[in-house]
Amino acid sequence: ADLLGFSHSNHFRSETHSSFFLAVREKKKTRSELGSDRGKFEARKMALAFDEFGRPFIILREQDQKTRLRGIDAQKANIAAGKAVARILRSSLGPKGMDKMLQGPDGDVTITNDGATILEQMDVDNQIAKLMVELSRSQDYEIGDGTTGVVVMAGALLEQAERQLDRGIHPIRVAEGYEMASRVAVEHLERISQKFEFDVNNFEPLVQTCMTTLSSKIVNRCKRSLAEIAVKAVLAVADLERRDVNLDLIKIEGKVGGNLEDTELIYGILVDKDMSHPQMPKQIEDAHIAILTCPFEPPKPKTKHKVDIDTVEKFETLRKQEQQYFDEMVQKCKDVGATLVICQWGFDDEANHLLMHRNLPAVRWVGGVELELIAIATGGRIVPRFQELTPEKLGKAGMVREKSFGTTKERMLYIEHCANSKAVTIFIRGGNKMMIDETKRSIHDALCVARNLIRNKSIVYGGGAAEIACSLAVDAAADKYPGVEQYAIRAFAEALDSVPMALAENSGLQPIETLSAVKSQQLKENIPFYGIDCNDVGTNDMREQNVFETLIGKQQQILLATQVVKMILKIDDVISNSEY
Amino acid sequence: MPIDKIFKDDASEEKGERARMASFIGAMAVADLVKSTLGPKGMDKILQSTGRGHSVTVTNDGATILKSLHIDNPAAKVLVDISKVQDDEVGDGTTSVVVLAGELLREAEKLVTSKIHPMTIIAGYRMAAECARDALLKRVIDNKENAEKFRSDLMKIAMTTLCSKILSQDKEHFAEMAVDAVFRLKGSTNLEAIQIIKKPGGSLRDSFLDEGFILDKKIGIGQPKRIENAKILVANTAMDTDKVKIYGARVRVDSMTKVAQIEGAEKEKMKDKVNKILAHGINCFVNRQLIYNFPEELFADAGVLAIEHADFEGIERLGLVTGGEIASTFDNPESVKLGHCKLIEEIMIGEDKLIHFSGVEMGQACSIVLRGASHHVLDEAERSLHDALCVLSQTVNDSRVLLGGGWPEMVMAKEVDELARKTAGKKSHTIEAFSRALVAIPTTIADNAGLDSAELVAQLRAEHHTEGCNAGIDVISGAVGDMEERGIYEAFKVKQAVLLSATEAAEMILRVDEIITCAPRRREDRM
Repeated sequence: ADLLGFSHSNHFRSETHSSFFLAVREKKKTRSELGSDRGKFEARKMALAFDEFGRPFIILREQDQKTRLRGIDAQKANIAAGKAVARILRSSLGPKGMDKMLQGPDGDVTITNDGATILEQMDVDNQIAKLMVELSRSQDYEIGDGTTGVVVMAGALLEQAERQLDRGIHPIRVAEGYEMASRVAVEHLERISQKFEFDVNNFEPLVQTCMTTLSSKIVNRCKRSLAEIAVKAVLAVADLERRDVNLDLIKIEGKVGGNLEDTELIYGILVDKDMSHPQMPKQIEDAHIAILTCPFEPPKPKTKHKVDIDTVEKFETLRKQEQQYFDEMVQKCKDVGATLVICQWGFDDEANHLLMHRNLPAVRWVGGVELELIAIATGGRIVPRFQELTPEKLGKAGMVREKSFGTTKERMLYIEHCANSKAVTIFIRGGNKMMIDETKRSIHDALCVARNLIRNKSIVYGGGAAEIACSLAVDAAADKYPGVEQYAIRAFAEALDSVPMALAENSGLQPIETLSAVKSQQLKENIPFYGIDCNDVGTNDMREQNVFETLIGKQQQILLATQVVKMILKIDDVISNSEY
Repeated sequence: MPIDKIFKDDASEEKGERARMASFIGAMAVADLVKSTLGPKGMDKILQSTGRGHSVTVTNDGATILKSLHIDNPAAKVLVDISKVQDDEVGDGTTSVVVLAGELLREAEKLVTSKIHPMTIIAGYRMAAECARDALLKRVIDNKENAEKFRSDLMKIAMTTLCSKILSQDKEHFAEMAVDAVFRLKGSTNLEAIQIIKKPGGSLRDSFLDEGFILDKKIGIGQPKRIENAKILVANTAMDTDKVKIYGARVRVDSMTKVAQIEGAEKEKMKDKVNKILAHGINCFVNRQLIYNFPEELFADAGVLAIEHADFEGIERLGLVTGGEIASTFDNPESVKLGHCKLIEEIMIGEDKLIHFSGVEMGQACSIVLRGASHHVLDEAERSLHDALCVLSQTVNDSRVLLGGGWPEMVMAKEVDELARKTAGKKSHTIEAFSRALVAIPTTIADNAGLDSAELVAQLRAEHHTEGCNAGIDVISGAVGDMEERGIYEAFKVKQAVLLSATEAAEMILRVDEIITCAPRRREDRM
C-alpha cells in the first residue's frame, strides 16, 4: 500500500501532503482499502487522499480505528501531558518536598521522592509522558541528582510554550528561542560558578554539598553522618589525579533492622553469604584468599562426550579418579597457601568436607560482581582453573569475619583491612524495607554529587539562587534579540523562575512574594547567591546556608529540559489507536 | 482540550488530602486490628487461610497476624513491614510497634485537620522520639556484672513476655526453660540451635527442656536401641547409590553378566564406603541423606546405630552438641573429629519414638519438647516461646533492661511533655501529640484487661510526677502498682526498636502526598 501511495502521490491534494509523509515514516504496511463514503471519512477528520478520479483511499491501516490530532491541537495535547507529569513531581522538590507512594503491579510499595524512581515506576502510557520519564532517567545516568528539578523545569518550559502558541508564535520559533535562551543561561551559570576547594584532608565542603542533596530525602535525620559516609566512600575510591571516580567500586548493601544511625562505611567488602560448612572458622586473620570461578565439582568438559562404563575395571578406575580429582582440587588451593577460598560456583558435598577437613574455610555462590570487587579490594586475581593457582594470584585481607544479625539466621561476611582499599561498601540499616531502598537511592544521589565535584570543582548555589540568577540574565539578554524569538526567550526566563517558586511553595512560603523579594535583592546587590530560605534559617544567602549544587548538574538540567521541550514542540501530528 | 490519559488502564492516582486520608485510614485500620491483642489480657485471633484445607491458626502474635493478611492499602503494608522487621530483629513487641505507629498517625491526622503541615509534624515527632529515647537511656538498669541478678532479670523478662501469650498459665515453668536454653547458647544469637519439638498430647506443663539432644528420627531395624559411651560420626554423604559424579559417565553394557558384574562392583563400592566409615571406630552414624537397605544392613551387622535422613538443621545441631565435624569423605579416619555422648537411647514421647542423646560434651544446642492438647495450641506455644527466646538472646548481648507494664511509656511521655513545654512554635503541638500517642499504649493495655483505663492512666500519670517512681499498670490486680516489686521487666532493645521504627514508619507515611497505584499485573487464569 505504501507503493500505492507513491504511485498516486502526484495527484495528492496539498492538504494531505503531510499525512502522506507520516504514512511513509510510520513504515506500517498499510492495506489500501478503497473507502466508499467520502463524507463519512471527512467527518472523522482522517487523513484521506483522493486520486485523480476522486476516489478516496486510505493511507493508514485500519484508519477508522485511529484517532489523530494535528497541528496546534497536537501540540496542546502533548504539552498538557508533559505538564501533567511535571505536576506530579512538583511537590517533591526541595528540602520540604513530599514523598510519593507507589504501588507496583505486584502490590509492592515504594516510597520515594527521587524523581527518576517515581517516573520509572509510574507505569506511564502516554508517549509524551514517556519522554519525560526518559528525560529524568538521562539526568539520573548522567549526573545522578536533580532528577526532579529537570522534570519540573521541562514542565514549566512547556507551560510557557503554550502561552506563546496561544499568541500565535510558531512552535519552531519558540523552540529556537528556547535554544538561544538556554545557551545564555548555561553561559551565565559558568560565569557565576565558583571554584570549590577541597582535598583529601579537608573534605568538609564536599560533605556540605552532599548534605544539600540528602536534606530533601527522608534520611535527612542523619544527613550529616550519611553525607560523611558518602564523601569518605567516594574519596576512598577516587583517582584524584585523573579526576575520576568509578562508582562501581562502591557497593551499597542494605539489611533490614537496626537504625539508620547504624549505617556504616566498611573499608572492604561485605558479602551476603556465609561459610559453606557450618563448622568452618568464623574469623580469619591475615587471610590469603583464592578467588575461583571454577566449581569444586567433577570436571565438566564443554564438548559433548560420554564415558561409557562397560567393565568393572573401568568403573573402579573412574571412581578412583573422581576421588583423586576432589583431593587434588583442595590440595592445590592449600599448596599455594590460601587460607580462604571464595568461589563463584557450588561445592560438592565431598569437596566441602575436604575443605573443612583441611582447615580451609570457603564461601560458595558468590556473585560475579561481588567476586570482581573482592578481587579489586584484596589485590587478588580471579582464577578460572585450579591449575592456574599461584601464590601471587591470591588476594590478601587483614580480617575476614562472619557476623550474624537479629534473631533470624542471617549472616554476612565482612572482608576488611584489604591490601588495596580501593573498594568500599556502604552498609545501610533501617527500620523497614522501604526505608532501606529509599536510603540506597539517597546515598546514590549523594555519591554522584561528590563524584561530580571531584570531576569538576565548579559549583553554583542552590535553593533556587542559580535559577533566579539565570532568569535575570536571560531576561536581560532577551531584548538584544530582534525577532519573534525575543518572546520565547522571555518565556524561558519566566520558566526558570518556576523552580524557586515551587521550592517556596513546598516550604510553605508565599511563592510570588518570596520570589520577587529574592529577585530584587539579587538585582540590587548584584550578587547571585540569594535563594529561597526553605528551612526557615533566617537568611537568604545560600553561601551562609551552605547550599550548593554542582555546575554540571545544573547545566545539564537546563540543557536536557530544553532539548526535550524542543522535541515535544516539534511534533505536530499524533496518531494513536483509539479506544474501542 | 482533552488531556490524554497519562497512566495505563486501571492505574489510579490519588493526591493531596485524599492520598493522606487513604494512608491514615489504612494504617489506623491495621493498628486497630491488632490493638486488642496487646498486653497480658489481650485477646487472640483466629486466622483461616484461604488455601487448600482452610488451615486455622490461633494466635496473638502481631507479626503472625499481619503476615497472614492480604492487604491492598500501601500505607498498611508499611506497618506490616515494620512489624515483620521487629520480629526478625528483636522478636517481641511486634504488636506494640504497630499500635504505636497507628496512634502516632491518629494524632497526626488531628494535627493535619487543624492545619499543621506534615513536615512540621515530622520535625516535632523526631525531636520527641529523640527525647523519649534519652529518657529511657537515663532509666535503664544494667545488671551484667552480677550474674545472679542478671539471671533473675532474664527470668523476669521472659515471664513478662510470656504472660501475654497462651503460656501465661505456666509462665514460670516456660521462663525457666527459655532462660536455660538461652544460657546454653553462650552468647550466640543463633536460635536455630534450639530445636523445638512439638508433640501433641499431655498438657503444656509436661513440656520440658532436655539437657541432652533429641532427634526426631527412628533407629534402623535390627540395630541397637541403646548405646553407652557413643562415638558418633555426623555425615552428609550419599548412602543410596553412590553414583559416579563425573559428567557424562554412563553405564553401557552388552550382556546380562556384565550388568551383574557392574552391580557387584557398585555393591562393593558401597561396602568399601561402609567399611571406611566403620574404620572410624564409631558405634553411631548419623547421615543427612537417605541410607538404603543394603548399607543399613551392613551397619546393623557391625552393631552400629545408623540414623538416616536427619535434616540440615538436625545435623548442624548434632554437630554443635556432640562436637563432631560433619563429614563427607572418609579416607582419613584418624583426623576426623568424632562426636561423643554418654548415652543414646530410644525414648517415647506420647506415641512417637525419638532418639535421645544425653551426656553430651558441648551442649551448645538443645531441645525443647512442647506438649499440648492440640496442634493449634502447640503452634501458638512455639511462637510464644520463640518470642521469649528471641528477646532473651538479644538481652544477653545487650543487657540493659527496663520496667514493664506501661512504665517506659509513662516515663517517655513525661519527658516528652516537658520538652513540649520548652519548645516554641507549632512543633510544640506535635511533640505533645507524640506524648499522647505514647500514653495510648498503657491505655490499650488497661482497656484490653477490662479496666477503667481513664482512671488508671490518670493515676499513673500522677504517680510518675514524683522522681524515680516505678509505677505501672498491674493488670492482675487491676490497679497501679510498683513494677519492680512485681517483677515486670522488659528489654531495653525491644522498647527502643518499637519507639524508633514506629516513628520512622509514621514519618514515612506522613511524607506522602500522592499515591500512584499501578495496574495489577494480569495473571494467567489457571482455571
